Amino acid sequence: MTTAIHVRGLTKRYGEVQAVGGLDLDIRTGEVFAILGPNGAGKSTTVEILEGYRKRDAGEVSVLGVDPGQATTAWRARVGIVLQTANDAAELTVRETVRHFARYYPDSKDPDEVIAKVGLSEKAGARIRQLSGGQRRRVDVALGIVGRPELLFLDEPTTGFDPEARRQFWDLIRSLSAEGTTIVLTTHYLDEAEALADRVAVIARGRIVAEGTPSTLGGRATASARVTWADGYAETGTPTALVRTLAEKYDGEIPGLQIVRPSLEDIYLDLIGDAQ
Amino acid sequence: MTATLTIGLARASLETKLFFRQRDAVIFTFSFPIILLVLFGSIFEGDLEGTGITVAQLYSAGLIGAGVMGVAFQNLAIGIAIDRDDGTLKRLAGTPMPRAAYFVGKLVSSLVLSAIEVALLLLVAVLLFDLELPTDFSRWATLVWVLTLGLAGAALLGIAVSSLPRNAKSAAAVVSMPYVLLQFISGVYIPFTELPSWLNNVAAVFPLKWMCQGLRSVFLGDAGAALELTGSYELPKVAMVLGLWLAGGLVLCLATFRWTNRGES
Repeated sequence: MTTAIHVRGLTKRYGEVQAVGGLDLDIRTGEVFAILGPNGAGKSTTVEILEGYRKRDAGEVSVLGVDPGQATTAWRARVGIVLQTANDAAELTVRETVRHFARYYPDSKDPDEVIAKVGLSEKAGARIRQLSGGQRRRVDVALGIVGRPELLFLDEPTTGFDPEARRQFWDLIRSLSAEGTTIVLTTHYLDEAEALADRVAVIARGRIVAEGTPSTLGGRATASARVTWADGYAETGTPTALVRTLAEKYDGEIPGLQIVRPSLEDIYLDLIGDAQ
Repeated sequence: MTATLTIGLARASLETKLFFRQRDAVIFTFSFPIILLVLFGSIFEGDLEGTGITVAQLYSAGLIGAGVMGVAFQNLAIGIAIDRDDGTLKRLAGTPMPRAAYFVGKLVSSLVLSAIEVALLLLVAVLLFDLELPTDFSRWATLVWVLTLGLAGAALLGIAVSSLPRNAKSAAAVVSMPYVLLQFISGVYIPFTELPSWLNNVAAVFPLKWMCQGLRSVFLGDAGAALELTGSYELPKVAMVLGLWLAGGLVLCLATFRWTNRGES
């Protein structure tokens, strides 16, 4: 297992504000890694340092084996970036834009294939101004992947999407991941992280407060479950045993049975609550 | 280097295409100096004291200079401020595009737009106001070097000024003020003979005055030289000042250019 991103002791300060305070992070080649955290937690700052947009104050950072603070053109060609807010080139068509960006890369994909991959073939001749918000984001992704990146950054990619558009977008991300692209995703949607990410890190107050797979994050897999039935409820670490006892008591179906483990959202809110 | 040029030219064609697709910008950028030329040419009729040069011809020379500066300085500076605001620059900075290619694209597209602007102004001046096009090669050569140097200097100044406005919304106001002021003191609208000498000295620091002076040498000919403050078009000085602005503008650009809005980096 090789490492795509390696960070040790990253710090960044804006005047009096410590945005990132000693952050460690390892992201493996080929995984989908989600970074969660409230606004102002240092999430964007961290990602922008990894993308080579911002300078760090201290710490060791390696992205695809290169210090992004010294980003070269060759390194940029291996990294795709899909930004949060971009409203540019509204009067160009989708095809013109993707074709133009393809010229920046030494080994770009076929623009029409990329447009098909993001599901915009029918809109290829349309001006970007005429697209819906979701379609625009697909153009952003097309521009992010046209250079065949080994590593793709997606910054809150589905904000403002309707549920169907989100599902389609998730399929797109999964297919990119299946091709071997390492994906670093920041998001506010915990269901999105759960659906897409192999591993998740929660950033709060400029540090990573928890890291793991979505199903085990913050001790989620072993956390006590809440068992509810028609005549009562219980918090228990061994819900199976409780259900067995109840089944005997009711001699068959337990009326109104529900077993709930904490959702990723519960765990997340606990984590960022503790940190504040 | 070749990549910078090829991608720069691809960007120039993209920028030019983008410009022409914003129809309102096209109409206003091109028509503004033309409308002024028609207006001034119609209001102020007659010759300039004993030289056989009409006021309309004088305005033609001045407005060609102002028109080029409108495209290269004003249009460019506002365009870059918008690029910075809407995410164009940030997106480009995240790609392997050679950064210089962005500037090549802006400069070349300004050159194309300026050439169209000059052609339109010349057409109007010749048809409506009997402007005589130069007949000898040396004047055409002067026209080309004055416009090229002036355009490049104005464009670099525009790139530097684009970093002043906080965002795209304030860009038009911030950029237009120096442009309009310079036109008033550089002999475009008001004859420099009517300005106090200290204002003429201020104008002499900036490129527009020199660009207009060079253009007058092309279109007013030897008879017009007598109207100049020094009695001469001072072409070597025109070349020197425009050249200095080119070099200074380049330094200023490199020192001030930002790929993101203020407070974002």
